[in-house]
Amino acid sequence: MQLRFFVRRLVMLVASLLIASFVIFGSLYLAPGNPLAALSGGRSLPPSSLHTLEARYHLDKPFFEQYWYWLSNVAHGNLGLSITLRENVSTLIASRIWTTAGLVLYASVIIVVVGIGLGIVSGLRPGALDTTALVVTAISAAIPAFVAAIVLILVFAVKLGWFPTLGNGNDLVSNIRHFTLPAVALAISSLAIVARVTRASVRAESGRDHVQTAISRGIPTRALLRRHVLRNAAIPITTITGITIASLIAVSAVVETAFSLNGLGAYLVQAAQSKDIAVVQGISLVLVAAFVVVNLLVDVAYALLDPRVTLGTRAQ
Amino acid sequence: MSDALLDVTNLTVRLPVGTELRPVLRDVSLRLEAGESLGLVGESGSGKSMTARAIDRLLPAGAEVAGTVTFDGSNVATLSGSALRRYRQQVAMVFQDPRAHVNPVRRVGDFLTEALRLNLGVAAEGARRQAVDMLDQVGIDHPDRRMRQYPHELSGGMLQRVMIASALLTKPRLLLADEPTTALDVTTQAEVMAILDELRHQFGLAMIFITHDLELAAAVCDRTAVMYAGQIVELRESERLHDDPLHPYTAALAAARPDIARTAERLLAIPGRPLSAFEAPSDECAFASRCPFVADICRSGLPPLDRIDSGASRCFRAHELRGRLSAVRS
Amino acid sequence: MTTIVPLEAVEVGEVSTRGRSPWQRLRETGVVGMGSAAVLLVAIIAALIGPYVTPSDPNLPNISLSFVGPSAGHPLGYDYQGRDVLSRLLAGAQSAMLGPLVVVALSIAAGVLLALVAAWRRGAADSVISSGLDILFAFPAILLAVLATAVFGAGLTAAALALAVAYTPYVARVLRGAALRERSRPYVAALEVQGASAMSICWRHLLPNLGALIVAQATILFGYAMVDLAAISFLGLGVQPPTANWGVMIEENQVGIVQGYPLPALSAGIAIVLVVIAVNLLGERLFERQ
Repeated sequence: MQLRFFVRRLVMLVASLLIASFVIFGSLYLAPGNPLAALSGGRSLPPSSLHTLEARYHLDKPFFEQYWYWLSNVAHGNLGLSITLRENVSTLIASRIWTTAGLVLYASVIIVVVGIGLGIVSGLRPGALDTTALVVTAISAAIPAFVAAIVLILVFAVKLGWFPTLGNGNDLVSNIRHFTLPAVALAISSLAIVARVTRASVRAESGRDHVQTAISRGIPTRALLRRHVLRNAAIPITTITGITIASLIAVSAVVETAFSLNGLGAYLVQAAQSKDIAVVQGISLVLVAAFVVVNLLVDVAYALLDPRVTLGTRAQ
Repeated sequence: MSDALLDVTNLTVRLPVGTELRPVLRDVSLRLEAGESLGLVGESGSGKSMTARAIDRLLPAGAEVAGTVTFDGSNVATLSGSALRRYRQQVAMVFQDPRAHVNPVRRVGDFLTEALRLNLGVAAEGARRQAVDMLDQVGIDHPDRRMRQYPHELSGGMLQRVMIASALLTKPRLLLADEPTTALDVTTQAEVMAILDELRHQFGLAMIFITHDLELAAAVCDRTAVMYAGQIVELRESERLHDDPLHPYTAALAAARPDIARTAERLLAIPGRPLSAFEAPSDECAFASRCPFVADICRSGLPPLDRIDSGASRCFRAHELRGRLSAVRS
Repeated sequence: MTTIVPLEAVEVGEVSTRGRSPWQRLRETGVVGMGSAAVLLVAIIAALIGPYVTPSDPNLPNISLSFVGPSAGHPLGYDYQGRDVLSRLLAGAQSAMLGPLVVVALSIAAGVLLALVAAWRRGAADSVISSGLDILFAFPAILLAVLATAVFGAGLTAAALALAVAYTPYVARVLRGAALRERSRPYVAALEVQGASAMSICWRHLLPNLGALIVAQATILFGYAMVDLAAISFLGLGVQPPTANWGVMIEENQVGIVQGYPLPALSAGIAIVLVVIAVNLLGERLFERQ
């Protein structure tokens, strides 16, 4: 049964990627403004050169043919040429993807360790710490990444001088130093949400009747927490953590811009400003793919953790 | 001094509700010898489940407990840590709603063998074999396959058998069965009840059987305690309860039960609404407001649980009413 | 930021708002709720009359006053171009508050419509709508907004429309579930038998029953829309400078953070955070307690 579930989800993933690619290509195809003008950089070119450009970018073909051409190129890893940088988009993406991936991964680790950790501790121990955690997470859940960015730069880079303000590093240690503040800025509101959901789940699971059963059988406390409370709370916690991390993929654009990191998101924003269509298409496609793959992993994790799920998705 | 397996003396429990403490049990005393079975009967809110929970130390946080529970000579209130866990291993509990009381994300086999492996250190394979044997004894087919299934793949009746099997596996000395058949449909009820009764005798287990069904308690248990508003109002040998009740409430409970042998025009409902322990007055009989035999003396103070013959009744007029109570029926 | 997550987490189980006036309910939210309401009230007033009551011209640059600190009549000092920060904060309140309002209104309207159609027609219509929503789920809100500005050019309109589209599946999914449950109630069948039209049942019975859930969703969504729209403006793809906007103010004064003049950027950031906290807390107090 579970195999069927996975196959179905995989088919849905491919379908939504295909449709997403169509939307991405189609919307930018429909964009007002003549792509040739962008290609020529505003200069007036002789008709022969225009024809050459049209032929090179297949602009003289009907829409579906252009889409098909673009899609088959994408399938071969060829995302076209950047008009502003005159370079292969795939190469440009490859050189920046690790910045974004590293940033999201770092933020994810922070969310998992601090968010889930805080949620479990305050879920299991009501009291002063729990109350403090509730207040702090209520505030930090409302802090947008770019506001967190300026506050972190102000406090930890400018005032305390513990971390560099802007840019990537050039070796592992300096990379970690350069990425710490951006990762925290990216993680902060998600962390609060994960902590709150974790706390609520741990509370809810601790009060379940089957936990009473385990207590009535004299199961040791550690085993009780591990095998019943945390094991069952892991289902909602994994889901919330997963979707939260998936959402970081797009928000990384904001953080990269704020910290002048040389990542995909910041590049996407520049390309959108300069109407570098091929770059916008390419990066959007990569980000959407990453987003749906992470969401698929969340669904798979959910199905693995909860035996009651056989078909259907996490939303009832 | 006590040679009883379980001795509950003057147990009073109050639970926090909002900012106040509300009584749920008032001065409950009962004794249980090894291998003996006691029925605990009453309407919902009468305190029968709370009694079981208090015995197993499963009361909610903030509960205030007075009185003592002694099990096999040791005071249960003083136990903590591993001593408390060892005590709970000797007192097994079967709950009303098996669906809610079995962890839905763990396999049936895990549920059955958990206590064996974690508490008694039985190796995985040995625990599995014992569990399969026990499933067979509670009448579950294909026990090997059931072990690998999840709770949601089993019917309610089957799951309750699993719960009973798991309670018996660790060889406890006392079984607390809290309405084990109420959530099941009627045909399953009888089967599960029969298995429970048979295995209890086979293993020589003492049992406190909680139910709202007076007849069922009488059929299964040696003695029966009737509870009302957090108090025991009558304690009797089961066979005498029906025909010779000592408390008007017991008589009323018996009369309120449909009897297939009789063609009564209409069931005799007890007038009024059952009182919860916290609503019950502390200076008069708790049943006075609903009792057909109420007299001035009933309002004069809280009646004590007086011994009458081999039983006990918490009624001022128990002696004078004796013999007239069963007549309420017809 | 685009952590739309709690939208799902807050599948407000029991939203009960029966029988009490809004004022009574607000009073029951206690100090935190009343404080949040006060913050929101100030923000709403600023959005309504802010641009007309600015103490100075929010768009008049004076390079000699660049990053000059607070002084009498200028409690928040001057920004990088020497414009009065308080005036820009007041002027910027309009787009910061109105933008999210439009996003919420659009996505709620679309979500309600899709949910009702899916729940009413069920079967094929429901499948089509649900699969369509599944595909929309593939687009993170911020990404869709960036994409829209790449297509239609930078500006608040494109970004707001894109966010409304991106939020719609979240609204529709939750409401569809609730509408389906309501749809299957016996009273709906009874009304159908009596010959009530689909429109009238949806309008007069289903919609009012979803009311509390819709308001709860709108509240949560407002905070997200505010943050995401400000982020788009911060990225330079939303409101365009020199027009005042809280997101724009953070972006253009970011340089002041490193140079030791944090107040202009920080004040806009604090304004956003305060409003979002107020909306979240008020929503939580109003809808998540019985």
